[in-house]
Amino acid sequence: MAEAQNAPTLGSARAGGPPPAGSTTAGAIAVAAESTVATRMSAPPSFDVADFPVPHGREEEWRFTPLERLRGLHDGTAVATGGGLKVAVDAPEGVVVETVDRDDARLGRAGTPVDRIAAQAYSAFEKAGVITVPKETVLTEPIRVAVHGEGGTAFAHQVIELGAFAEAVVVIDHTGDAVLAANVDYVLGDGAKLTVVSVQDWDDKAVHVAQHNALVGRDATFKSVVVTFGGDLVRLHPRVAYAGTGGEAELFGLYFTDAGQHQEHRLLVDHNVPHCKSNVVYKGALQGEDAHAVWIGDVLIEAKAEGTDTYEMNRNLVLTDGARVDSVPNLEIETGEIVGAGHASATGRFDDEQLFYLMARGIPADEARRLVVRGFFAELVQQIGVDDIEERLIARIETELETVSGSGR
Amino acid sequence: MATLEIRDLHVTVEADNATKEILKGVDLTVKQGETHAIMGPNGSGKSTLAYSLAGHPKYTITGGTVLLDGEDVLEMSVDERARAGLFLAMQYPVEVPGVSVSNFLRTSATAIRGEAPKLRTWVKEVKEAMARLNMDPSFAERNVNEGFSGGEKKRHEILQLELLKPKVAILDETDSGLDVDALRIVSEGVNRVRETGEVGTLLITHYTRILRYIKPDFVHVFSGGRIVESGGAELADKLENEGYEAYTKGGVSA
Ligand SMILES: Nc1ncnc2c1ncn2[C@@H]1O[C@H](COP(=O)(O)OP(=O)(O)OP(=O)(O)O)[C@@H](O)[C@H]1O
Ligand SMILES: [Mg+2]
Repeated sequence: MAEAQNAPTLGSARAGGPPPAGSTTAGAIAVAAESTVATRMSAPPSFDVADFPVPHGREEEWRFTPLERLRGLHDGTAVATGGGLKVAVDAPEGVVVETVDRDDARLGRAGTPVDRIAAQAYSAFEKAGVITVPKETVLTEPIRVAVHGEGGTAFAHQVIELGAFAEAVVVIDHTGDAVLAANVDYVLGDGAKLTVVSVQDWDDKAVHVAQHNALVGRDATFKSVVVTFGGDLVRLHPRVAYAGTGGEAELFGLYFTDAGQHQEHRLLVDHNVPHCKSNVVYKGALQGEDAHAVWIGDVLIEAKAEGTDTYEMNRNLVLTDGARVDSVPNLEIETGEIVGAGHASATGRFDDEQLFYLMARGIPADEARRLVVRGFFAELVQQIGVDDIEERLIARIETELETVSGSGR
Repeated sequence: MATLEIRDLHVTVEADNATKEILKGVDLTVKQGETHAIMGPNGSGKSTLAYSLAGHPKYTITGGTVLLDGEDVLEMSVDERARAGLFLAMQYPVEVPGVSVSNFLRTSATAIRGEAPKLRTWVKEVKEAMARLNMDPSFAERNVNEGFSGGEKKRHEILQLELLKPKVAILDETDSGLDVDALRIVSEGVNRVRETGEVGTLLITHYTRILRYIKPDFVHVFSGGRIVESGGAELADKLENEGYEAYTKGGVSA
């Protein structure tokens, strides 16, 4: 797969072979006096849904999203149904798990909603969840948050806060069927280490739109692993900003987009503080008619953020005809005093010639396909670091692949 | 003794909504231990023969038979042919994103040998084979053919030949695009496999250059989709001096 690295000009960076029909893989590094990441949004960030116009679909932040499948989350017609979503938290000793009212001072500190659905979620949730790992508490077992949809519509807010030098792994597991709009805040104290694995393993009809805000403290380490398999429409917006120097953020993502699914991951890393690091790697496989994956990777290096070191990459593997990828890395640099900044985006196809080559070496067709997909995801799966999730993921990839070989290719 | 028997092979391709016959009755028998060079001008159908034998789906067999030790090759799927002992070193090896060379080689060896090779001996086997072909060990961690130079791709093909030990190896223009050093290294690899006496080799080439390193037992001139003349190594010298004109311009194949 061809890729652009530190490409100085706006241009297209895509695979050597013919790209899948209807795919875009454009990348840009802009040296800008002022960020366009913010200015190209239809409205400034706000907690109030009334501050955002109802999107019509041509706005920069909505142009890839099929609004008609949002089940009214974007235009105010979606109404919460009581009890349609069950949340269960399983936390080791020492962790404080609370359900709080809207006016709790700890809500909304990691970031502000940047689009209408995030603001809708913030304006509509009734109770919020707050999980606190006190300072210097080092957990050896993950905190597990099971979010299970039972066919309802819900607006949610979750805060996960780590005190100074606390260490924790949190697994947020989404299953079942729901229409869910949410904001999740991650607040990391100085020197804290947080790994969050968010699994979107929804049933086929689910709609899930969420903004994740991480505020990374001084010398803190944040790792986010986003795993998206299910749902009719999943649109996630993981965002990172830093509260002090020396912070590190790793954002990993893995998606498997099937026929008819829309899976959209929009990332923003705001290097708003000097001497911080970020590393973004998202990989997706697509198969089937009208499978649509969107990846937007915005990295902003503000003028004051000297000493920044950042890299972002998105790779897509298209397994069948009829799938579409839109991949847009965007790096904006307002200071030249940085350690490194790069991006890459590539969309490759697993095609009949590759299949023939592997088979000509004795490898049966379905094993060839598994080999390619497993190999493609391997480095990311290893990053998860939660055994049962890794195993489930590998098993899930295998079942996804059975559907494609079963479809008679 | 392994034998590949090709009888009156006819092959068509679909191009521009028309069916085009490319192979027009190929007859050839390759026995274990023998080396046959197939030489012919561009577009004469050499790669079509190689792909058809390997089972590429683009090519339709419209007539004839291909037997490997009496078994009907044309009835087998691509992977079955490889497991039966056919190997095709491709003129244009394919890039496979996401699959490392080491993973690919091991999966392939497991499929061909019918069991996973023991890890310790396998790692050593691969390392040594790579060293003989002057391939840097770092290639094992790279994705199959991705970003390989033309010469590296060809070496990688011969690496597979050495590891998979087929009964019949079809080498489609393994020499093209190689400089003299690479040509020598690749030829030595082919010769190592030939010296075992256990492989029948079908060496497809456009140039006589490689025949200085790999001595064929038989030379066949391929033109217009069939073999138009067969002889010993001396036929290659004649082609070297006279080119293919005699066979293409109103010659035997017209
Ligand atoms: N898949 C295909 N679709 C259409 N035409 C094809 C296809 N494969 C081969 N041909 C045609 O068949 C003829 C023989 O091609 P082939 O590649 O077998 O020749 P070759 O002898 O290997 O040539 P070269 O020396 O250039 O490698 C050519 O006219 C070619 O254009
Ligand atoms: Mg050819």
